[in-house]
Amino acid sequence: MSTILSLPDQTTAKLPRKHFLNQEYGLRSWLLTSDHKRIAILYLCSITFFFVIGGVLAGLIRLELLTPASDLLATDTYDKVFSMHGLIMIFFFLLPSVPATIGNFLIPLMIGARDVAFPKINLLSWYLFVTGGMVMLAMMVLGGVDTGWTFTVPLSTHFLNTNVVAAATGVFIAGFSTILTGLNFLVTIHRMRCPGMTWFRLPLFIWGHYATAILQILGTPVLAISLVLIILERTLNIGVFDPTKGGDPLLFQHLFWFYSHPAVYVMILPGMAVMSEVISTFSRKRVFGYTAVAFSSVAIAVFAFFVWEHHMFIMGVSQYSALVFSLLSMLVAVPSAIKVFNWSMTLYKGSITFEAPMLYAFGFIGLFTIGGMTGIMLATLGMDIHLTETYFVVAHFHFVMVGGMLMAYMAGIHFWWPKITGRMYPETMSQVAAMMTFIGFIVTFFPQFILGYLGMPRRYAAYPADFQVLNVFSTAGASVLGIGYLLPMLYLPWSLVYGKIAGDNPWQATGLEWQIQSPPLTENFIEIPIMDHEAYDYDWLANKTRHEVQTVG
Amino acid sequence: MDSQVTATVTQEDEMRATHPPFMKHHFATLSQQRETASMGMWVFLMTEIMFFGGLFCAYLIFRNWYLPAFSAGSNALSVVFGTTMTAILILSSFTMAMAVYSAQMRRKRPLVAFMFITLILGLVFLTIKGVEWHGEYVEHHVPGMDFSIQAFVHPTNPKAVPLAPDMAEKSQLFFSLYFLMTGMHALHMIIGISVLCFLLWKATKNAYTEGHVMPIENFGLYWHFVDIIWIFLFPLLYLISRYR
Repeated sequence: MSTILSLPDQTTAKLPRKHFLNQEYGLRSWLLTSDHKRIAILYLCSITFFFVIGGVLAGLIRLELLTPASDLLATDTYDKVFSMHGLIMIFFFLLPSVPATIGNFLIPLMIGARDVAFPKINLLSWYLFVTGGMVMLAMMVLGGVDTGWTFTVPLSTHFLNTNVVAAATGVFIAGFSTILTGLNFLVTIHRMRCPGMTWFRLPLFIWGHYATAILQILGTPVLAISLVLIILERTLNIGVFDPTKGGDPLLFQHLFWFYSHPAVYVMILPGMAVMSEVISTFSRKRVFGYTAVAFSSVAIAVFAFFVWEHHMFIMGVSQYSALVFSLLSMLVAVPSAIKVFNWSMTLYKGSITFEAPMLYAFGFIGLFTIGGMTGIMLATLGMDIHLTETYFVVAHFHFVMVGGMLMAYMAGIHFWWPKITGRMYPETMSQVAAMMTFIGFIVTFFPQFILGYLGMPRRYAAYPADFQVLNVFSTAGASVLGIGYLLPMLYLPWSLVYGKIAGDNPWQATGLEWQIQSPPLTENFIEIPIMDHEAYDYDWLANKTRHEVQTVG
Repeated sequence: MDSQVTATVTQEDEMRATHPPFMKHHFATLSQQRETASMGMWVFLMTEIMFFGGLFCAYLIFRNWYLPAFSAGSNALSVVFGTTMTAILILSSFTMAMAVYSAQMRRKRPLVAFMFITLILGLVFLTIKGVEWHGEYVEHHVPGMDFSIQAFVHPTNPKAVPLAPDMAEKSQLFFSLYFLMTGMHALHMIIGISVLCFLLWKATKNAYTEGHVMPIENFGLYWHFVDIIWIFLFPLLYLISRYR
């Protein structure tokens, strides 16, 4: 099979003598670093840790649902398991996944800067993330929480005796980590670009993260205040959400979803950002409609703030506002579709090769499109009333979050692995992993659309025996999916030692990050580069002097 | 020989002027560092607006629903205290602005003096706030702590309109929001005062009078922001239907 991979001669190739990984050694050099690349790796390790926990919880859910009765887990345990699966996966894996790891590593490299705008705040946000995570783990050890990840009021404030306060505190602290990351990226993209790096020469990866940063900055504080209100309601009975004192539980829904709907775009936009880079590189073409893709990211960020009420259609909101929010929710599909069509047009007549990142990218396009289209179905008022709180919704957001975002995350990790570590991952193995992830995913979640349509409610440990066949399919698929995620966790660390030496630019990609040594130097660039060409300019790359010295030593 | 020495010194001076010790390694120029720090602060204040926004939103909804209870609750607050605190905060914003100006003019003594006055004014504000909170505690107006609607159902002031008990109950919401909003504001003041103490200590060591004014300017922005939040809180909490 043809490949664009071009590795240096393995008999003579060596890693650069000096790079950010061997600049200093010891725990201290990692825990007190202000290097964005090292912080990215700290994040990578911590979110992988949380991903494993969340994944084990998901496995427990699927095992319980193998049989109609509530036999493996008691009902209240099941409630805790799915709640903590959601909390961990959303706040401690998906939200920081691409931005805090790949984004942290790449944003300064792509815009030609030595570091992010505020390196110490960058480190602080990792510490906040870890502190929030520790509170979360302590909460789990002390008995967990069973509110669902949505902290639904008045359930969470008046009817439960689980660790709601601890869970809310953990998310609150992690929220500040998100805010600071977003702030850092926004200012970095505004102020740290190298000479010649105009807005429309930025890689689309940067545009995606710019839009993400807007959402993180404007959305997360609202989550923070609603969590504060939950905590105070539980501890001091302030009454803001308590109808017996004149408060309003719906107010919590408004505040919570005002953040939590934009939050799903915080999760998906960085994934889309990765997609643009991967698809362009593996079809050897400039991204079709660069400007449209760039602005569609910003459009998603803007629309994201005007659709939250579609989570509340069955909660007794006014019919007229429901109509408006239904329409607005459908409008979000437009910029998302612009992206998917432009990626397809980039593929059209491109020289496509099928390395692992591209396989993951194809997975993203297919699964995200299904997830997005079912989103439009759910935005339709009549349909929503039938499908809310069923497995249809579960399948919908897993198609977007797992099928979309996790695929993009894996694509990104594989794509930039040679840049991060200087070594290639094993290609055949990762192609197998990509295929297994895709097949496992479809088998797990497609039956859930049918289950949901037939009326199986979410968040129950037991279900009528009629639904068992589809649930068995789903659990079987989850096992395949699990292996698909386990494989990279094994072969990526393996490749750190045994992987082939990647050289500076194994993919022949055009981004500034590929024009420096891999792994990069601590200061990224020996001299700040001057950008004199458009993004994704493959002619520029072909004409570039071949014998430039890019490596120190 | 002499001219050579002079030349080297000049070069070093130039280096110091373009790369002073407070310049961080990852910036290309000093102005880039300043613009970056300033933008970071503005963006941070934007997140703060969103944070307080949630509370203002809750306030507006409940005030709209329970206006009589909210006016009664508001009239139970001391407008004298409120006005005094507003005046003190505005004054402290002025002294902070003067501190920024002194730092820009590289004058240490006025800088330290103005920062010190700002610090004192901030502490006076918090003291008055504490006295006021204590007063509300004495009158059983703290939700969750033996809250009493007595004062609204049977007002002692003959001009005040007595409320029906179910509406009077809603005054608890007013006081919840009152304590939340003023409490959150006071928390910001306390954080501000702590940072101010640190900056003041550094300022006495000439840290900000040799060109490195960014921390003072940014702190000034934060201080003014906390001030502006109060400017909104004062009429919303203290002045509802005050002179109807």
